[in-house]
Amino acid sequence: MKYLAFAAGVLTATATLADTPELTVYTYDSFVSDWGPGPLVEKAFEEVCGCDLKLVGVGDGAALLARIRLEGARSKADVVLGLDTNLTAAAVETGLFADHSVSADYTLPIAWQDATFVPYDWGYFAFVHNADMTAPTNFRDLAASDLKIVIQDPRSSTPGLGLLMWVKAAYGDDAPQIWTDLSDNIVTVTKGWSEAYGLFLEGEADMVLSYTTSPAYHLIAEKDASKAAALFDEGHYLQIEVAGKLAGTDQPDLADAFLAFMVSPAFQSLIPTTNWMYPAVTPVDGLPEGFETLITPGKALLVPADEAAALRDTALDEWLTALSR
Amino acid sequence: MVAALVLGSLVAVLLRAEAGRGPGPADWAAVRFTLVQAVLSALVSVVLAIPLARALARRRFAGRRMLVALLGAPFILPVIVAVLGLLQVFGRSGWISQALGWAGLPPVQIYGLHGVVLAHVFFNLPLATRLILQGWQEIPGERFRLAAQLGAGPRAMWQLLERPMLAQVVPGALAVVFAICLSSFAVAVTLGGGPRATTIELAIYQAFRFDFDLGRAAMLSGIQICLTGAAAVFALRTARGEGFGGGLDRAVRRWDGAGRGTKVLDGLVIALASSFLMLPLLAVVLSGLAGLADLPPAVWRAALTSVLVAGGSTGILLAMALPMAVTVALGQGRMVEVVGLLGLAASPLVIGTGLFIIINPVADPSGLALPITALVNAVMALPFALRILVPRASAVVARYGRLGLSLNMGGAPFMWRVLIPRMRPQIGFAAGLGAALSMGDLGVVALFADPERATLPLQVFRLMGAYRMEQAAGAALLLLALSMAAFWLLDRGGKWHAEA
Repeated sequence: MKYLAFAAGVLTATATLADTPELTVYTYDSFVSDWGPGPLVEKAFEEVCGCDLKLVGVGDGAALLARIRLEGARSKADVVLGLDTNLTAAAVETGLFADHSVSADYTLPIAWQDATFVPYDWGYFAFVHNADMTAPTNFRDLAASDLKIVIQDPRSSTPGLGLLMWVKAAYGDDAPQIWTDLSDNIVTVTKGWSEAYGLFLEGEADMVLSYTTSPAYHLIAEKDASKAAALFDEGHYLQIEVAGKLAGTDQPDLADAFLAFMVSPAFQSLIPTTNWMYPAVTPVDGLPEGFETLITPGKALLVPADEAAALRDTALDEWLTALSR
Repeated sequence: MVAALVLGSLVAVLLRAEAGRGPGPADWAAVRFTLVQAVLSALVSVVLAIPLARALARRRFAGRRMLVALLGAPFILPVIVAVLGLLQVFGRSGWISQALGWAGLPPVQIYGLHGVVLAHVFFNLPLATRLILQGWQEIPGERFRLAAQLGAGPRAMWQLLERPMLAQVVPGALAVVFAICLSSFAVAVTLGGGPRATTIELAIYQAFRFDFDLGRAAMLSGIQICLTGAAAVFALRTARGEGFGGGLDRAVRRWDGAGRGTKVLDGLVIALASSFLMLPLLAVVLSGLAGLADLPPAVWRAALTSVLVAGGSTGILLAMALPMAVTVALGQGRMVEVVGLLGLAASPLVIGTGLFIIINPVADPSGLALPITALVNAVMALPFALRILVPRASAVVARYGRLGLSLNMGGAPFMWRVLIPRMRPQIGFAAGLGAALSMGDLGVVALFADPERATLPLQVFRLMGAYRMEQAAGAALLLLALSMAAFWLLDRGGKWHAEA
């Protein structure tokens, strides 16, 4: 334990030495990884802010909110980036977030009005498959087919929860029946997105729950056009990722500056090929080449943030009941 | 200190929690499934490990040392990598299913309770084998010599030497494997095929992330700890027997098992077990080779970090395990071993969260991510280290304790001159296992992650999260190689193994 005390001492000492202001942003882990937007965002923002941007990775969106609740008002975070609309209502309820003053011409499929959170990217959930296969065009077709799918557990994964909300938003009271019919198509349910996508690439299933933008990664980064997303005619569920300022921040001006920077072209142009999502404000020179090949759903489904929490619990019970049989 | 760490973090979580409700029907279903799969996994692993350990104990062949070392590999792979490797062999489109397809048969149905047990056996059979093999190695060579002189055949050898030895070793091995499988989550849900395979650990996840119900998370973790505690007490109660007394530390030679039947049987057991364990590893190696060529610098940095963490963790582990083992050997506290098993029992999520609550007011947890990881890894490896060290320490104390006393040897000289030299192989094995485990553990570092100081398993996970499956496979292969190298070096350090 001596070592810990020593390390703690060293760390506090170096922290007090810093004289440039520091902005701490909590985000999900894949944002800060060497292959995510984090390193580029940090560089771009530090060029203009005269500050030290400290990105801290915390699991995924749900883990992020849990961390903020755990730390409460004493949190060192100034900004939280990476919640989605399934989590924002619960986040507002904590009373830990402050209102923002950012406005932008969002290119989201729906109108955005939220006093607390600023969107930075979005995407549609979709089933990804090999392009040489004829994909079903809705959940009923899928359930009637022999196709095998891998999905994620809604209790431990954001896309898994997205699928739950997708089926619920599209089918309402028929959702339990859809799940019952789907149960023989589901090869397995994984803890997170990575496991499911890995299983799909290994050929364990015909389709995997992911995003409409997933084929863009293979096309742009790997020059591989062999993946496609299935277009479902009941519409696709939308994921909008947002950031918000904490009420207890000691750097309110820097936090505002960061949120404004987040919807500016410098940040938004990084999103498509690092986070593999659509930017919340399409940059003037458009999306990277390759994005035009992606499917565009005819209908965007989204459960409003204030209803999401209640609907989520019902949907989870239905899912558990249908698949535990 | 271990108890303080495990229980302290649990209490910290509880203190932050609001009054919650008791376990509901879904929780009991999770407890039931967890118990069933853990008991089955432990039984199957240990039952299969006995003939394998026996075959390895009485045969000497080229590549045997290599094989014994490689046997440790499944245990130290990050779960996600091992699962993908397993499915490349046993999955719907895996090697076996393809072979069956050529023969016109349907693919293997791997998903379900049997899949969970298969995966757990893959992870734990090697560990159980090593623990039981060690039991064989602790029978002094003189006993085998005497038995051979008296003309004991395999059956008599079993009656006189092997069965009593197993009665001592098997309960401990069962308890360790059971405890490991109790906190299984990713393996259980992926191979279990869906929410039917909900384990306590998944319920903890749900309570923590989904409902932010810390009380429920702590309560479920408490159930986990109680179950592990029960297993540990069971192991201590049932492990009986007086031991074999000391020998002259001579190399063991075996005169039994020379018949053709036993030779064929042993060969078959070894061949079957090694192909079961090696094929998925081969799959990991094959899919990693392509990505190994263009590993990004971040992966190499992470590899260095992981080596340092593993080094620190091994140091902490030995500093804790040796004194504990000696205490148990001197008969001053059987409960020490129960406490040791707790390290396995606690959910990493709860330990991580508890530590976070404790450290956060004092220091920046993400700055301490690496020391904390090393410490938690050491605590988690402690039960294994104790299982390895305690039997040998007891045997040495039983054999040389009185001699030491009669020579008026104090504690320190006895430890340095008598105990440690005679425990070198066990210390090497424990250190190797600890280092490899620490290297492969994703564990708490993910909760405290710091972008600049990622460990190698975390980088593998991040690469996968960024669609870079090929590079991730390459990084996983690097991880496998590093873990095996650490294990090999430290295990070899205890030279006495050269023969045994």
